[in-house]
Amino acid sequence: MSAVQPSRGAQDPAAAGGVYVSPIPVRRAHLGDAIVAEWTKIRSVRSTLWTLGGLIVAFLGTGLVIAWGVAVTSVERSSGTALSFGFFGALLGLICVMTLGVLTFSSEFSTGLIRTTLTACPSRARVLGAKAVVYFAVVFSLMLALTWSTAVLQIVILDARSPRPGEWISATLGVSLYMALLGVLSQALGALVKHAAGAITAMLGVVLLPLVLALFLISPLPKVSDVLLTYSIPSQLASFYPALGGFAGENGGSGPTGWTSLWILVGVTALAMGGAYAALERRDT
Amino acid sequence: MIEVEGLTKRYGRKLAVDHLSFQVRPGVVTGFLGPNGAGKSTTMRMMLDLDNPTSGSVRIDGRMYHELADPLKHIGALLEAKAMHGGRTAYNNLLCLAQSNRIPRQRVDQVLDMVGLTAVAKRKSKGFSLGMGQRLGIASALLGDPEILMFDEPVNGLDPEGIHWIRTLMKALAAEGRTVFVSSHLMSEMALTADHLIVIGQGRLLANTSMADFIQQNSRSFARVRTPQPEQLRDALRGAGLAATETDNGTFEVEGSETEALGELAATHRITLHELSAQRASLEEAFMQMTAEAVEYHAHAGPGEGAPPAGPVPGQVPAGQGAPGAGQAQGPARGQQPPAPQTWGQDWNQGQDQRSKGA
Repeated sequence: MSAVQPSRGAQDPAAAGGVYVSPIPVRRAHLGDAIVAEWTKIRSVRSTLWTLGGLIVAFLGTGLVIAWGVAVTSVERSSGTALSFGFFGALLGLICVMTLGVLTFSSEFSTGLIRTTLTACPSRARVLGAKAVVYFAVVFSLMLALTWSTAVLQIVILDARSPRPGEWISATLGVSLYMALLGVLSQALGALVKHAAGAITAMLGVVLLPLVLALFLISPLPKVSDVLLTYSIPSQLASFYPALGGFAGENGGSGPTGWTSLWILVGVTALAMGGAYAALERRDT
Repeated sequence: MIEVEGLTKRYGRKLAVDHLSFQVRPGVVTGFLGPNGAGKSTTMRMMLDLDNPTSGSVRIDGRMYHELADPLKHIGALLEAKAMHGGRTAYNNLLCLAQSNRIPRQRVDQVLDMVGLTAVAKRKSKGFSLGMGQRLGIASALLGDPEILMFDEPVNGLDPEGIHWIRTLMKALAAEGRTVFVSSHLMSEMALTADHLIVIGQGRLLANTSMADFIQQNSRSFARVRTPQPEQLRDALRGAGLAATETDNGTFEVEGSETEALGELAATHRITLHELSAQRASLEEAFMQMTAEAVEYHAHAGPGEGAPPAGPVPGQVPAGQGAPGAGQAQGPARGQQPPAPQTWGQDWNQGQDQRSKGA
């Protein structure tokens, strides 16, 4: 356990050679304390409420509206299709996850709070780590609840048979992990770019640019276009859903399966975090 | 104890901080003085490991800043009053800081009480006035009950009551045996609070001295005598062996003599006096002379307005050799300075100059 120093009070300056010694007990702070602090930060600002509220509305709303619309117009009752309607909500929810992720860092830069944060915790790695852990946990748990409840509701509304366990896990756990990682990637971009508008634009670029480029490159470079299409973030997200090219290997398609997409994003996020660490370490704040 | 050793910061070709070395000792308030742009804030940011120095090092209690596991318990800093998230309440702003350094929660209430913000603890800090923001910043500096405190321009934007409060607080903190390091560009402010002075200009150390020594070396005291009989007075002063400078027709500045002796001298020679007053060059002027060369941003004052009373004096002026007229009156004869040197603003906007002369 942490060493609690006897509280030599300020009343006894002779003991400390005239130098002030605080009566507050000294316990060494560690990553856990930084995580607690970041949790306080994220729960005590209004923007968290708005963006996460937006995520809930977007995800749940889209999922239910689509399921209901399909239920009244179509006769298809495949389990995979029912799960896959979660994709559109996830795509919309992505915007909220990215925005809040960027804001966790950019708001510190814009308010000057980053100086206070780094004075209190000079280890840049600890600050980055604590922010990432907290945000990952927040997005992951919220997404897990959302994907699971939406999927159940969609299956009930569409009166579809229960999906296979693999499909089920991929569309809930897999999607939640992927979204939470995208949140951490946005944080890294927020730390790199500093300005909220710039970082959100950059994040949108990361999501949309491969798709747009792919459209332009279809005729001159069909192979490149194909790769860009398959590995763009929306396609990767789709790969978690059984009826949208997910489980492509099993179905003889060419795209990655959800779990491959996850590993790709882990790699990209790790790189971006490394970059953010280097930037925080070298940059003057 | 803060030890700064050969600290240098270069931005491109511009040297913002130039081989600064000094120590800040516990138990006294150390003033860190310099004109705007002298490198005070850059130095302070480097002391807190926020900016990377080009070379040199800073040690806090013998350790590098990033080696401190819970820095807030060693050093508390007020950098900018608004270095907080405006959307968070005052309490939460302090709470997340406290948590990151394992400071007990009740300490947040304590410091809020100490700076007088308990009533607004649950209010968002973006609605705070400059003074309240400054108090919140001071609360965050005091949060860890640290041995070292750094305040960057703490009295900026405060009302007289707030300024008085900060002065008293800083002195009390130093009296408890803490190291207190305060930056300011106002000599008059420092004269009231600091025991020790570190003066920089254009990133270079200009002085590192105790306040008492600085006052002794830089405040020239003299007596101002005004008479309608200048010839007689001149003879009388020469007869008494006193050095006098005649600044205006009939006005003398006499050094090395008390006003009592001068009054008696005039009485013996039956000279009428219109004024006899003790004068003291203000520390503000001593500071301005010391940093005159180092001031980065001069205002281009129009002819005769706002120019410093004495033109830039090259280098450091030895004690007692201030330019004539350096005696900013503390007595009754305010505004008796010689006209501002004509060099000021002369090369600037000649057309305007001529227009104002023609008018």
